[in-house]
Amino acid sequence: MITLNSKIPDGPLEEKWTKYKKEAKLVNPANKKKLDIIVVGTGISGAPAASSLGELGYNVKVFCYQDTPRRAHSVAAQGGINAAKNYKNDGDSVYRLFYDVIKGGDFRAREANVYRIAEVSNQIIDHFTAIGVPFAREYGGTLTTRSFGGVQVSRTFYSSGQTGQQVLLGAYSSLNRQIKAGTVTMFPRREMLDLVVIDGKARGIIVRNLITGEIERHSAHAVVLATGGYGTIYYLSTLAVNSNASAAWKAYKRGAAFANPSFVQIHPSSVPQMNEFQSKLTLMSESLRNDGRVWVPKVRGDKRPANEIPEEERDYYLERRYPAFGNLVPRDVASRAAKERCDAGYGVGPTGLAVNLDFRDAIKKQGKKAIEEKYGNLFEMYKDITGIDSYEEPMRIYPAGHYTMGGLWVDYELMTTITGLFAIGEANFSDHGANRLGASSLMQGAGDGYFILPYTISNYLAPEIKVPRIKTDTPEFQEAEERAVERINRLLSVKGKQTATDFHKKLGKIMWDHCGMTRNEAGLTQALNLIRELREEFWKDLAVPGSADELNQELEKAGRVADFLELAELMVIDALNRRESCGAHFREESQTADHEAQRNDDEFAYVAVWEYNNDQPPVLHREELKFEFVELKQRSYK
Amino acid sequence: MKLKLKIWKQKNAAAKGRFETYDLDGVAPEMSFVEMLALLNQTLIQQGREPVAFDHDCHEGICGSCGMYINGYPHGPVKGLTTCLLSMRHFKDGETIVIEPWRAKPFPVVKDLIVDRSALDKIQVAGGFISVSAGAAPEANALPVRKHNSDLAFDSAVCIGCGACVAACKNASAMLFVSAKISQYALLPQGRPEAKERVRAMIAEMDKQGFGSCSNTGACESQCPKQIKLFNIARLNREYYKAL
Amino acid sequence: MNKILFSAVSKKFVMALAGLFLLLFLPVHLGINLMLLKSDPEPFNSAAHFMATFPLIKVVEVLLFLTILIHITYGIFLQIQNWLSRPVGYKVRNKSETGAFSRFMIWTGGSVLIFLVIHFFNFYFIKLGLVEGDPENFYSVAWQLFSIPGYAILYWICFLLLGFHLYHALQSAFQTLGLSNEFWKPVIRAISLIYAIAVPVGFAIIPLVIWLF
Repeated sequence: MITLNSKIPDGPLEEKWTKYKKEAKLVNPANKKKLDIIVVGTGISGAPAASSLGELGYNVKVFCYQDTPRRAHSVAAQGGINAAKNYKNDGDSVYRLFYDVIKGGDFRAREANVYRIAEVSNQIIDHFTAIGVPFAREYGGTLTTRSFGGVQVSRTFYSSGQTGQQVLLGAYSSLNRQIKAGTVTMFPRREMLDLVVIDGKARGIIVRNLITGEIERHSAHAVVLATGGYGTIYYLSTLAVNSNASAAWKAYKRGAAFANPSFVQIHPSSVPQMNEFQSKLTLMSESLRNDGRVWVPKVRGDKRPANEIPEEERDYYLERRYPAFGNLVPRDVASRAAKERCDAGYGVGPTGLAVNLDFRDAIKKQGKKAIEEKYGNLFEMYKDITGIDSYEEPMRIYPAGHYTMGGLWVDYELMTTITGLFAIGEANFSDHGANRLGASSLMQGAGDGYFILPYTISNYLAPEIKVPRIKTDTPEFQEAEERAVERINRLLSVKGKQTATDFHKKLGKIMWDHCGMTRNEAGLTQALNLIRELREEFWKDLAVPGSADELNQELEKAGRVADFLELAELMVIDALNRRESCGAHFREESQTADHEAQRNDDEFAYVAVWEYNNDQPPVLHREELKFEFVELKQRSYK
Repeated sequence: MKLKLKIWKQKNAAAKGRFETYDLDGVAPEMSFVEMLALLNQTLIQQGREPVAFDHDCHEGICGSCGMYINGYPHGPVKGLTTCLLSMRHFKDGETIVIEPWRAKPFPVVKDLIVDRSALDKIQVAGGFISVSAGAAPEANALPVRKHNSDLAFDSAVCIGCGACVAACKNASAMLFVSAKISQYALLPQGRPEAKERVRAMIAEMDKQGFGSCSNTGACESQCPKQIKLFNIARLNREYYKAL
Repeated sequence: MNKILFSAVSKKFVMALAGLFLLLFLPVHLGINLMLLKSDPEPFNSAAHFMATFPLIKVVEVLLFLTILIHITYGIFLQIQNWLSRPVGYKVRNKSETGAFSRFMIWTGGSVLIFLVIHFFNFYFIKLGLVEGDPENFYSVAWQLFSIPGYAILYWICFLLLGFHLYHALQSAFQTLGLSNEFWKPVIRAISLIYAIAVPVGFAIIPLVIWLF
């Protein structure tokens, strides 16, 4: 049975991190190279962690399923990265960034963690700039920023509409520098199949070499999971199709508790689904809402082309409902508002499941060139996919599964409930509460990796210097490898009729319908049964061609879907448990008179932390959220 | 739509490959090329046949995973698109499509349409970075950068490392790829201190990996899904001579 | 150090420099050749005599031969390396859009080389006394050669190919030397086009005039 200790340093909010750093134990440079660290994942959290740990002198082994670390899906983040630089002189500060994230997360995140990420945000921008990330600039040569949803200052640094790519490639370059220096060893095309725990401490992982099919054992003094989120559980999402939850899920089954699994952000603007073959919903950056106005026709079922609908017959529903924030309300609010309009029959496009995002007024005011400079690549991408020129007519957008605020529970040191197992970036639950604000994911991922984990992991490793290099021939490694092999054989031996993708699509539909943008008791209960039935069917009728000792993409997929089928159940259980609406989690039973999310702080101001309990239902632990520095308020963007 | 697909099949790096022909029905024009291949694989698996292995991940043209040589064009006949964004409406009903893996000595075939592009990583490892460790950076605005240069640096920094330039080049040269990285850092003041070491190291590694030289044909530029410009190569050359 | 001097980029640099030197030489050669159009053999023959005897030209001549040798050797060497870079080719011909004639430099260059050998056989070897002929009267040697229809046709074909070679050569040299950018690229291309037409046409006119008049 786990006990939760969030290890938050005491003292005033602004001094907690400073105090922690002052008191944290250090490892002598000569001892660092005797300590091995495994990092799984090379996204905007994993790559910074690996490179900065390498810079410190640790012996780092990095794993990713892609052919090169540069392809991690952080590469697709578009809009930007937040920092409290206050370059615009518009009243920004570390405190305001902290407050916006806490409020944006609907008061379901830990104050101390959020304040810390706001504190390091400025360092992140300094660092990326120094390693050659070409952020957008003013003519005077200084960095520029733009606005993002849910805040009233302009604090988002960006590189056109591909900020994620630029910062990820920056992190990748640092990683390369350490690979050259010999402190980091890269293992691409490896998928983590299990975590090895020895005497209660995370000591290694089992991976499958995706090219040869070989099962490998890797040991270390500490293991860091930077494996991202599980938004692909919906099948159609804005994520890369191979993004998966398997590593985190394996850690969960080895004893790392999972926090708030049902907190999934549905991004308000993605290219709507067009057909049943579609494998992906492409994101259209939130930054577009800076200049684009969201509207639907005032008349239900109006099928006229958008440009033929006169101004007075357009309903700019975000501006109407939320005059203070208008089109820049947070994502959860924008998504639900779009769903509400479409469900009421006002949706546009062939399916009626879309709303307009119109740039007409912005182009009229700023000129086409200015818009092109800010969003050129997004307009191009949209045209490639849909054939529609958004300079001439509005984009059509619809919400899609995007980011998971939930994840492995971690304490202030980013350590999970398994000693020596750390989770950073989207893989953990820590900073975004029930809803993430735009441009905060790159901030949190990079912050965890560059400026937080290096301190906290050293604090953990300091006493470990006496532990010699961990051997991989122990019974624990043996058991974990056997378990991994057994599972692969099980997947291959079903020999049924349906592919992993078939099951994934079915699971995705269940989750989208019942555990998506809005949830209710009856739907969730039904989903629970549907998931269990589907899981049974999966193990009876799965078809995986080929063998285990070769490159076998269907086998990879099957393993990931099998884990999703288990995780889905936990998500639904969590969603059922939280009988309040907060952030992205909208329980229909809990709404205000004007259909906004109704929080219930008396009963649910806690992090729901789930412990794996073998075949029994998971055990719920509560980490009470104490708000000492901010006042709990009903979120309002009106 | 109905298609005839001729696809390179090769079990692993050591095996001998050959073209296999498949007839595929039910292709919708709004599918992307990789969705079309997914449909093919779905059909093959249901028939108990071996699916076609190919790399793909983000499906939005940014990760650089996908890449195949389609009817004589890397990433297919439409400019400025990766394979994953290539829509099937660019093909005709009944058309025969020949799909081959990237071909280059430094890109050995791993399986079917998947090639090993780690040679590109090795070039980056050789010098594609600025040596500043976390914690050492000065305040971001301490060093102003001319907007024009910053924008140009960004234009070259958008390279997704897919390898289409190598696949398109008659010499299997990686010059466009290398020049994109060199340009990004050459244009920024942050990259200047180690500009000489960088360009020397990256060019040496490029040669070592077995890529060909540049004949300035411009095939790379025309096939680059991110439309990285050929004059980056001129800049690379310039940087190299400066480093002599 | 060796790595730097003999990298592919360095080799291309040397090739481009050598090529540009040859590009400078061509108009000089053309200028003298155009004297063939005069009915009086004297100016041409004395120019040829000057070129053959003036000491400074002698030095340039050595340089010229060296340049040609380097350009060809490096060209062949790089080409072999380039062929080796793709041991398994594509089944479908590569249709990627490329600059005009840029893909055939080894072949257009090779044709020019063959012509060069014939040219040496006809003129230079006379000078060296290896082949029979009057080294003081190249005017008549040239007139005789051009009056052979087969030779004139071969001559035209070679200069057509040379034109192709030159068109890409000039812009490519600037690119290789790092002297091209977005602004200058169209200018360089225009100069290349003018040069690649003017020089071969200038040479090709001579047998035509001889035939017609």
